[in-house]
Amino acid sequence: MASSNAYAQRDPMLKKRDDFEDILEERRNSSDLRYALKCYTPALYKGVAPCKSSMLKSMVLQSDQLHYVIQQVSKETGRQTDNVQEEVSAILDEMAHSLQLSTVRFFAFTLSKIFKSLFKSIRVNEEGIQRLQQAIQDHPVVLLPSHRSYMDFLLMSYLLYTYDLTLPVIAAGMDFMGMKFVGEMFRMSGAFFIRRSFGGNKLYWAVFSEYVKTMLKNGFAPVEFFLEGTRSRTSKSLIPKLGLLNIVMDPFLKGEVFDVHVVPVSISYERILEETLYARELLGIPKPKESTSGLFKARKVLSEDYGSIHVYFGQPVSVRSLAEGRVNRCQFNLVPRHIPGRPDEDIHSFVNDSAYKLVRAQEDNMVLKPWVLLASLLLQKQAVGQEQGTALDELTAQAVWLRDLSRQYGAFLHWPDQMTPSEVVSSSLSLHRGLVRTCEGKVQLALEHEGGAVGPQSAAALEEKLLSQAVIVLSCASYRNQALHVFLRPALLASAIHAASSNQKQEVFNSFSFLRNMFSNEFILCPGATVQDFEEACYLLVKTGTLQVTQKEVLVNERGHRTLAFLVSMLDPFLQGYQVVCRFLCEEATETLTEKQFIPAIRKFIIKHLLAGRLRYAEVLSSDLQKNSLAAFLRLGAVEKIKGPIELLIVFHT
Amino acid sequence: MYGCSNLMYCISEHAPHSSLQEIMKWNGWGYSDTKFLFNKKGQAEFTGKRYKLSGMIIPALKEWMEGTFGTNMQHKSLATPALTRTAVQPPTLNEAFVEELKSTGVPFSHDAEDRVFRAHGHCLHEIFALREGKVGRVPDLVVWPNCHNDVVKIVELACKHNVCLIPYGGGTSVSSALECPQEETRSIVSVDTSQMNRILWIDEKNLTAHMEAGIVGQDLERLLNESGYCTGHEPDSMEFSSLGGWVATRASGMKKNIYGNIEDLVIHVKMVTPQGVVEKSCQGPRMSTGPDIHHFIMGSEGTLGVVTEVTMKIRPMPEYQKYGSVVFPNFEQGVACLREVARQRCAPASIRLMDNEQFKFGHALKPQVSSMFTSFLEGLKKFYITKFKGFDPDCLCVATLLFEGNREKVLQHEKQVYDIAAKFGGLAAGEDNGQRGYMLTFVIAYLRDLGMDYYVIGESFETSVPWDRVLDICRNVKARIIRECKDKGVQFQPFSTCRVTQTYDAGACVYFYFAFNYRGLSDPVHMFEEVEHAAREEILANGGSLSHHHGVGKLRKAWMRETVSDVGMGMLKSVKDYVDPNNIFGNGNLL
Repeated sequence: MASSNAYAQRDPMLKKRDDFEDILEERRNSSDLRYALKCYTPALYKGVAPCKSSMLKSMVLQSDQLHYVIQQVSKETGRQTDNVQEEVSAILDEMAHSLQLSTVRFFAFTLSKIFKSLFKSIRVNEEGIQRLQQAIQDHPVVLLPSHRSYMDFLLMSYLLYTYDLTLPVIAAGMDFMGMKFVGEMFRMSGAFFIRRSFGGNKLYWAVFSEYVKTMLKNGFAPVEFFLEGTRSRTSKSLIPKLGLLNIVMDPFLKGEVFDVHVVPVSISYERILEETLYARELLGIPKPKESTSGLFKARKVLSEDYGSIHVYFGQPVSVRSLAEGRVNRCQFNLVPRHIPGRPDEDIHSFVNDSAYKLVRAQEDNMVLKPWVLLASLLLQKQAVGQEQGTALDELTAQAVWLRDLSRQYGAFLHWPDQMTPSEVVSSSLSLHRGLVRTCEGKVQLALEHEGGAVGPQSAAALEEKLLSQAVIVLSCASYRNQALHVFLRPALLASAIHAASSNQKQEVFNSFSFLRNMFSNEFILCPGATVQDFEEACYLLVKTGTLQVTQKEVLVNERGHRTLAFLVSMLDPFLQGYQVVCRFLCEEATETLTEKQFIPAIRKFIIKHLLAGRLRYAEVLSSDLQKNSLAAFLRLGAVEKIKGPIELLIVFHT
Repeated sequence: MYGCSNLMYCISEHAPHSSLQEIMKWNGWGYSDTKFLFNKKGQAEFTGKRYKLSGMIIPALKEWMEGTFGTNMQHKSLATPALTRTAVQPPTLNEAFVEELKSTGVPFSHDAEDRVFRAHGHCLHEIFALREGKVGRVPDLVVWPNCHNDVVKIVELACKHNVCLIPYGGGTSVSSALECPQEETRSIVSVDTSQMNRILWIDEKNLTAHMEAGIVGQDLERLLNESGYCTGHEPDSMEFSSLGGWVATRASGMKKNIYGNIEDLVIHVKMVTPQGVVEKSCQGPRMSTGPDIHHFIMGSEGTLGVVTEVTMKIRPMPEYQKYGSVVFPNFEQGVACLREVARQRCAPASIRLMDNEQFKFGHALKPQVSSMFTSFLEGLKKFYITKFKGFDPDCLCVATLLFEGNREKVLQHEKQVYDIAAKFGGLAAGEDNGQRGYMLTFVIAYLRDLGMDYYVIGESFETSVPWDRVLDICRNVKARIIRECKDKGVQFQPFSTCRVTQTYDAGACVYFYFAFNYRGLSDPVHMFEEVEHAAREEILANGGSLSHHHGVGKLRKAWMRETVSDVGMGMLKSVKDYVDPNNIFGNGNLL
């Protein structure tokens, strides 16, 4: 473990970030129609002519890759190649985008209207846009936005249109196709559709990967997809999915292009449109199927204030640089490149590491609003049972303390310095008045009133009350979660110190390593970077005067207890959650438990404990946490999945 | 005089007179009388009388250099005019060896110039050092065997006295193969085969000829031509490179499509090794007698022995030759056309495709046209191609062709190739352009010396690659060179270009040229080598080979193991260990 000195160069405080410009300002001052009809002439990759979707399809159909797979499928199944070819065409038709400028202009117009009514501002780092513009001209580009809302991909295309950049083609989940009209609209604005699961369907995979590669290799348009695979319902970054990243890196690894540049984009919403929707979903209130009518019903959201959006286009990352010294590209020399093959172990781990790096790059440039800090504080208070709330000035003082701490940890905090702290706090609280209540100068989460008859209530009513409180708590937690990546490593160290039996450095490290390992399905923790993370955490806590770290020992400073307590509380809900899942598995899962039954069963178990007051955190009800913990226990070998007609979960009592 | 005793100097014989050394540059490419320079009017001129371009003014070259490299006629980096003898270390002589050598009557010398001349090939770093007057480890002695038996004697003596031998043919190596290993403490003797330059016999029944290995390419062709034959082996270095060198490096000739590469041409080889002479017992055209021992010799790069005599196939001189050229709208189309030509196995004697940068470069080397008429025609041609046919002057590229055979067949063949070209948008662009392209091949090597007078350093390197990767490797290697130069602080974007020079059934040979202006860089050679290294890494990562015909030498040795696998290395090593256990042939190449 190197001295913390080595870390000084990576001091997050020194991170230089670009300034933002509000693009809505111009929209408010000039005609949307003229904007929608403006002359759109994006600079293209090496001057290639844009490609019509029909031409793209025929390029894909004629590719060696597809030709090979068609032959193979035909040989294996005994079907005529023509027949397989037809299937391929059908898949391609179902998948392909058909970008039309008129549709884009329609969206440009309507989205201008919608954005202006929903948001105060949409702020973009224009230097990032300039970097992107350069990247698009020099290399095939992949855009990797964070995914917190349905809005994300519309917003992305809207921005690129605004800045006269080549519109991306976007990998969208098939579920959109359910909304017939909207689906087609999306298709015409550059979305292409992939089935949610096609494991084992060789033909589908071949068409899909060839389609993406053809677009990318020829540099027709930037390819955009969500590394996290789906919208994060918790505002925590999700463990990256590797399929598409594999596909877009492949042309570089096989030498078909000189380089591919991937651009992480961080989209931060001050208020997420889907806020309570997500909370309900996590609590098991089923998600409404995407439908056009549903979308229109969502119109009521239009009347509310959703604050501002920050979009940060990160530094383009060269895949070539990522692979330098990591991947031996010669391994592709001995087999024709059009023959599909499973990636080798080293390629897989390279793509996996890259994916984590990219998600962390997204996290790094997420803009945090003061509310995020307030939510963290209020949740902690609520959990220790401060029924009557916190005095406003006390909360403000704590928020200022946390503001300074988070900045020291490198948070990209957007705290309006021209306002007094109390103004900042009250404006945040008012924007989120659905979640928080101020009463007689005291602030607390807007949980259900205790009012009404204090007498006995039916079990069903109690449960209902609990769930509706949980909606608020989970909504709040989703804001706190936005700041998790800032505090994660220090918090793991704080919890490790808390849990370790001594202050021996090795002991603390072991406990850190254990926690980190256990939570690696929950948070973005780069594989194999335990030592690095430990050093980073030590560095930050030493720098802020919380700890002293010597060769052998980790000592807590007198003035460090407050920070440490805060950090421990930050992770506590997760720790408790994992413990309760563990208890459930030990106590209740003695008989055969199938994976399908797991979520309902554990939910019931947790509700029971919450109602009995044995459990503090309502957010443990989050199915996200429950799934992650199960995945962690499976990975750690505490639970085993037995494949059979029904999948069984077997718990090892150790 | 330098630090060696007078006595020693007296006993050394003089170098034989016919040596090329007298008419060649000591620190640059080719003949002393031939070079590019900017005359008093500031125009580029090619001096001498040896080439078609000799004595001509090349009006566009100056502008091209200024535009491509940002050179300035005021900023010169001229070479040291003559070798400073004191810069050359005094020879380490093995006196017993010298004494016995003297008794054999084989001429030898330890004159500084003789030794320096044989201490290098033509890698950039080698020439750059010479131009700065810097000389590293050089051979301590040069011997000029006159025949096979002289070589046998020399090798015997070397073994007896533990002297290191480095065979020397034409000195055109571009793989650091002739560099003396720094760590070599024994006396190093350069075995110059230039006196073994006779055709010993011609067998017209079997169409073979038997030569001594020191014969230089152009002499071999000239002498065979006198009898109405040729070998058809024409590497770009054929003016200076020797038959023995071709065998030792697995050389390839421009017209290999008709005549084959060296491995196809060789019928019989005699090589003197420390274990004795190795050769086959008959001249059967093909044998199934275990691994072919010729393949231990070919490509051995002087690590196993000296090739002394070779029997080669010969062919009657072609009745008719015709040059040609085709312009393509872009490089992709050009490559597709070459691939199709290879698929149909109808490649002419030579077919080469230059990329756009090289096309422009070739253009800059056009001599002043004498008549208004030619100039008018040129203009018309340009108009037709760019305006009428819509070719983008910044994309188009050109293939040069050479057909050989009997007249009727050549014309038929020509039509076939042009028909294929037309399918890929190619337009016939005339014989002149084709011929000029091939002439430039010989002249281009002189151009590096001109560049070096103006702070420009450059090199060419080659690879072979499967067809499906040709475009990818060309793009990626060129881009890698540009990126590496940029990362290393080269101000002006480098000249980074390529051509496809040979076609095979399963792939092609690709040549890269790269050069840049090094003004303002503190250690240009080191930087250059780093870029070259990166370019080679890129080649290998894109499925290219370590070398198509330049060989490995010491320059590319680091990649040998990954190229031939551990077991392969072991095989080669065990041959070396058996043939030359004391590392008499200690030039350190290959392994």
